[in-house]
Amino acid sequence: MSGDGVDTSKRRFLIAATTVVGGVGAVYTAVPFVASWLPSERAKAAGAPVEADISKLEAGQMIRVQWRGKPVWIVKRTEEMLQALPTLDDRLRDPMSKEPQQPPYCQNPVRSIKPEILVLVGICTHLGCSPSYVPEAMPQPYDANWKGGFHCPCHGSKFDLAGRVYKAVPAPINLLVPPHKYTSDTLILVGVDEDQGAA
Amino acid sequence: MKKQLLALVLLALPALASASGGDVDLKKANIDPQNKESLQRGARTFVNYCMGCHSAQYQRYNRLARDLGLSEDDVIENLMFTDSKIGDHMSIAMTSADAKNWFGAAPPDLTLVARVRGVDWLYTYLHSFYRDDSRPFGVNNRIFPNVGMPNVLWRLQGVQAPVYKTVTDEDGHEHKVLEGIELKEAGLQTPAEFDRTVRDLVNYLAYMGEPIKQQRMALGVKVLLFLLVFFVVAYLLKKEYWKDVH
Amino acid sequence: MGMLVSLRDWVDARFPLTKMWEEHLSKYYAPKNFNFWYFFGSLALLVLVIQIVTGIFLTMNYKPDANEAFASVEYIMRDVEWGWLIRYMHSTGASAFFIVVYMHMFRGMLYGSYKGPRELIWLFGMMIYLALMAEAFFGYLLPWGQMSYWGAQVIVSLFGAIPGIGDSLSLWIRGDYVISDVTLNRFFALHVIAVPLVLVALVVMHILALHEVGSNNPDGVEIKKNKDENGIPRDGIPFHPYYTVKDIVGVVVFLMFFAFVIFFIPEGGGYFLEPPNFEPANALKTPEHIAPVWYFTPYYAMLRAITFDIGPLSSKFLGVIVMGAAVVILFFLPWLDRSPVKSIRYRGPIFKTMLALFVISFFVLGWLGTQAPTDVKTLMAQVGTAVYFAFFLLMPFYTKLDPTKPVPERVTMGSH
Repeated sequence: MSGDGVDTSKRRFLIAATTVVGGVGAVYTAVPFVASWLPSERAKAAGAPVEADISKLEAGQMIRVQWRGKPVWIVKRTEEMLQALPTLDDRLRDPMSKEPQQPPYCQNPVRSIKPEILVLVGICTHLGCSPSYVPEAMPQPYDANWKGGFHCPCHGSKFDLAGRVYKAVPAPINLLVPPHKYTSDTLILVGVDEDQGAA
Repeated sequence: MKKQLLALVLLALPALASASGGDVDLKKANIDPQNKESLQRGARTFVNYCMGCHSAQYQRYNRLARDLGLSEDDVIENLMFTDSKIGDHMSIAMTSADAKNWFGAAPPDLTLVARVRGVDWLYTYLHSFYRDDSRPFGVNNRIFPNVGMPNVLWRLQGVQAPVYKTVTDEDGHEHKVLEGIELKEAGLQTPAEFDRTVRDLVNYLAYMGEPIKQQRMALGVKVLLFLLVFFVVAYLLKKEYWKDVH
Repeated sequence: MGMLVSLRDWVDARFPLTKMWEEHLSKYYAPKNFNFWYFFGSLALLVLVIQIVTGIFLTMNYKPDANEAFASVEYIMRDVEWGWLIRYMHSTGASAFFIVVYMHMFRGMLYGSYKGPRELIWLFGMMIYLALMAEAFFGYLLPWGQMSYWGAQVIVSLFGAIPGIGDSLSLWIRGDYVISDVTLNRFFALHVIAVPLVLVALVVMHILALHEVGSNNPDGVEIKKNKDENGIPRDGIPFHPYYTVKDIVGVVVFLMFFAFVIFFIPEGGGYFLEPPNFEPANALKTPEHIAPVWYFTPYYAMLRAITFDIGPLSSKFLGVIVMGAAVVILFFLPWLDRSPVKSIRYRGPIFKTMLALFVISFFVLGWLGTQAPTDVKTLMAQVGTAVYFAFFLLMPFYTKLDPTKPVPERVTMGSH
């Protein structure tokens, strides 16, 4: 054993090469383990699109369905509710729905396909509680000028009847509009986009 | 007495045959797992002829669509006859208790049958039914004697009849022993067509036993190539360092 | 760089990091003449890591419940992303573990690595082997297939052969009158936590004992007897970098074989994953032919080879005794071997012949254990068992009689 005549640069290069190749191998080996935590086929099958029948939904009412384990709200808004929406714009963080919290076909002032039918994932964008539906336009302890909407009991976030978030509340962005489409006038399929298959 | 003995031997012989893994040579299934059309035909045969009684309780319909190159709508229209959803397992309504009453034994789930039996055995088995009026369904099977299953493919295959030969044992008693089977009445398919039907079905069963198999082998080639590169680099590194050691 | 150095110094003042690195790697002097057989120690460590990591990920989806276990394995194989790969790594890893460990043990026998002062290394190693067998046995029940079930049934029944307490002991192990959900649940606990803890502890002790006395080598020369002015063995080279770079090559070659099995023949021709195990456990129907997994078959063949009673002792009891003794006798190897030399290179023809016969008997017994017994095969198993035991029991005599060659002062180097 001797240190004489050692080609240091060659050694350094070979160490680097082995480290790189070995590192690439290690990263690729990690992929299956990391990916095994993704939803399995069973979870995906259980999270398949769900159908909601809105034929019996009356104006001002809300029904809930479960999609991928989460509550999905379907609200039939009254004419007054729709008219109140634009009046709130200056009290909201993202009145024009610029954040991608809805499919493109719902990026409109009422955030829906049919103006009166609102479809929302009922999970607060703050820390995941499910807000309450407070449709009446009357003063509330948390808002003297309440025009109807959703109030999160956990940390007081407020949303209007299009799921748009108010300013000065903990929730940062609007409630999520899930992909959905009408399979008939009164049937909504939640979890599928207008023009494509299951999301 | 003699008759009873004969009956006993006749009963025992097939049992012995099956205990030693069957003394009938297995036919080669020669399946082609890459052939998507063959797999699709096999899947159709499976849902039409097998799924009346057998489930495939670990196989999902949407997985089948994806792996066999079918659209989900194709599968819903052509392969699903129950009110299952596309993401569901290929299960059946018949309970195993009912099945036991009807067939004597519950028809086994077939998802993994190809991994248990092997493809050649399945191919041979599906060819080996013959007429035997002593059995409840009027058929017996050469490599699975006294099987509870009827020959569901008989309309396609036709009716096969047994050919017996007579053997004399050491005591001079004569016994009738199954020597072979031959096609007696033609079915809807010619023997060549029927071979293809069975081959496709077995191909499908093999797919179902391990849906990942083709991707697994494709990935294996890449992994081995990578390791080859790794080997070269690691070997050069080792050689360089070991120059120090005399 | 300066920051890293001060971080290291900060740690070293609180934890012997550099000291451990030097003791076990950069200043652990290993003989420079290690050959092919010396890869298997580090490979065994690699396989242990593979088994622990893949095992942890399997438990995330496996259900230790008699009604769900089989289906949960198929769920892993089909529904969990990459679950098939993790499962095949684990099932192939089990067989790989035994292949590597058998090679590692054989290396010890070739070069007398169990002889003084390395008896404790051998004993810890044998305990690892025992723990590994227990680990494999418990793990094999978990897929809850036909072979899982009936294999466990047969092995647990072996304990029933012990006179007096046998039946109660089997009952206690199963926790039920047959192998059942209760058994599955406790075997799961033992497989995923109890035995692995013991295994890891034993591996640490095995390596600590090795690094205390230093590695043996193919010449069986004690390199510590010849040190230079700095106290470094003249025939020693630092484990790091020399053996780390060499072992990387060994690891890559091993991984090629490992990957080949996983991706192309995961069933290992029916030896790594047995066909009947793709059928769910059925307490009412035994598979036509049951055999343990290949790594147990030599012992299984010895168990079946005992077909005769001796005096009041039944063949069943004797078979269990012989099987147990076949494993236990390995523990005594350091004291059975009376040869003045360690390595086979300097031993005489008698030891070489006996070792060859031993290896042949082990392979033949291994093959016989997979076969259905016939008169001829039982006779072969009896001869094989006799040879197996003769190798150990006659060792004190033939190792003394055997002429030896003079052992050199320094290790000899082949090409590397």
